[in-house]
Amino acid sequence: MKVAIINYGMGNLGSVRRAFEDLGAETIIASTPDDLLKVDKIVLPGVGAFTQGMARLSAEGWVPALHNAVINRKTPILGICLGMQMLATQGYEGGQTEGLGFIPGEIQKLDNLGCKLRLPHVGWNEVYYPSVGEIFACINSATDFYFVHSYAFVPDSEEYIRAIVNYGTEIVAAIQKSHIFGCQFHPEKSSKAGRQLLKNFLNY
Amino acid sequence: MLKVRVIPTLLWKGFGLVKGVAFNSWRQVGTVLPAIKIYNARDVDEMILMDIEASLLSIEPDGDSIESFAEECSMPLTVGGGINNLEQVQKLLYAGADKVTLNSSLYETPTLINVIASHFGSQCLVASIDVRQNGLGKYQCYSHAGSVPTHKCVVQWAKEVADRGAGEILLTSIDNDGTMQGYDLDLISQVCQSVDIPVIASGGAGKYQDMVDAVQQAGASAVAAASIFHFTEMTPAGAKAALHKVGVPVRKIFASNRGL
Repeated sequence: MKVAIINYGMGNLGSVRRAFEDLGAETIIASTPDDLLKVDKIVLPGVGAFTQGMARLSAEGWVPALHNAVINRKTPILGICLGMQMLATQGYEGGQTEGLGFIPGEIQKLDNLGCKLRLPHVGWNEVYYPSVGEIFACINSATDFYFVHSYAFVPDSEEYIRAIVNYGTEIVAAIQKSHIFGCQFHPEKSSKAGRQLLKNFLNY
Repeated sequence: MLKVRVIPTLLWKGFGLVKGVAFNSWRQVGTVLPAIKIYNARDVDEMILMDIEASLLSIEPDGDSIESFAEECSMPLTVGGGINNLEQVQKLLYAGADKVTLNSSLYETPTLINVIASHFGSQCLVASIDVRQNGLGKYQCYSHAGSVPTHKCVVQWAKEVADRGAGEILLTSIDNDGTMQGYDLDLISQVCQSVDIPVIASGGAGKYQDMVDAVQQAGASAVAAASIFHFTEMTPAGAKAALHKVGVPVRKIFASNRGL
């Protein structure tokens, strides 16, 4: 099993790589779009702002390569945090920006969604699953995962929602549209529960 | 609901881990990497790794070592010691630290807090404040691993770091450090009442009840401890069980319902 972790200059990839290697996967830190041609799974990590993230993906040629891999060749992808958000149609962090458009929806700031609590939402929080999807196999609802974010995914349709978290309001914690997955929390920083989720993604 | 965290503190000096009493008489307690691996296996909430010599000896933060430590750490890692500019923060975050903690340099350059918060966000900046009570009962802040009095009053300084954009405060009582006689609840309570950001209680934990008191009586959002975990049979998991028993929300230890 070969996993490409996309390196587009938005944060450290060491813990993501280490988590997949512990699970027995072969990892590639993908630095050029051609790296996506030879892998079974793609991980789009990321910490930072939507506009900057999309600008980096565009500038380095990742947008057509991801479209080709994920939409045409149906390679499963997991977006983590900003990586999840960039799967959306558009975002508003740092100005209105077009996303990858893999899952219809947009990215909104938590206080626009009714959250009155302090931002960013940082720390361990319980994630609830309306129903167990593939990605939460062997993980009980109300398991704690580690979050760091101020914006959230608002999908056009509730059918894409796989998990929610409560922080002053209900926030989408995980989404899925067929082989396209995203989680707002950081599985690579969520200890054993996170490892299980990454294992589920490998097994998908 | 966000969970109250139990955080092991690892103090790093030269090539090994140490623990002292009142920031003095340091004892060797092992090496860094095996300790991180053990806490990782034990599924702790978070770890704080502090190079206690760096600011005293003006040593540059060691990005390569942090990178190898961070790879072993599948939970949030906070790194501190000798950080005094934005480039060092960037280096440590890229090496895999999730948060950085600064102390001595903030007294000389308080605007560093604003600069770091605006570049990388408040969530990655923990202001560390070391406090000693003077003869008149006043709490005063000390820099450089407790060796230099700053003549700052702790409440005033806590408010300033919060206003400038620190995301959390790591509040350590030098007097109680390593004594295992309990946290300084009065100190923690004074700071918690004066700021809105989370306060991590540190210095003095000797039994689980001390942690319960820091949270329930003094208002801490997290408890950090070292000696209790180095020198006794008590564990972070035991601390969380004790907190849970009295109704404090803690992160549940993950047990896969099959698999892994």
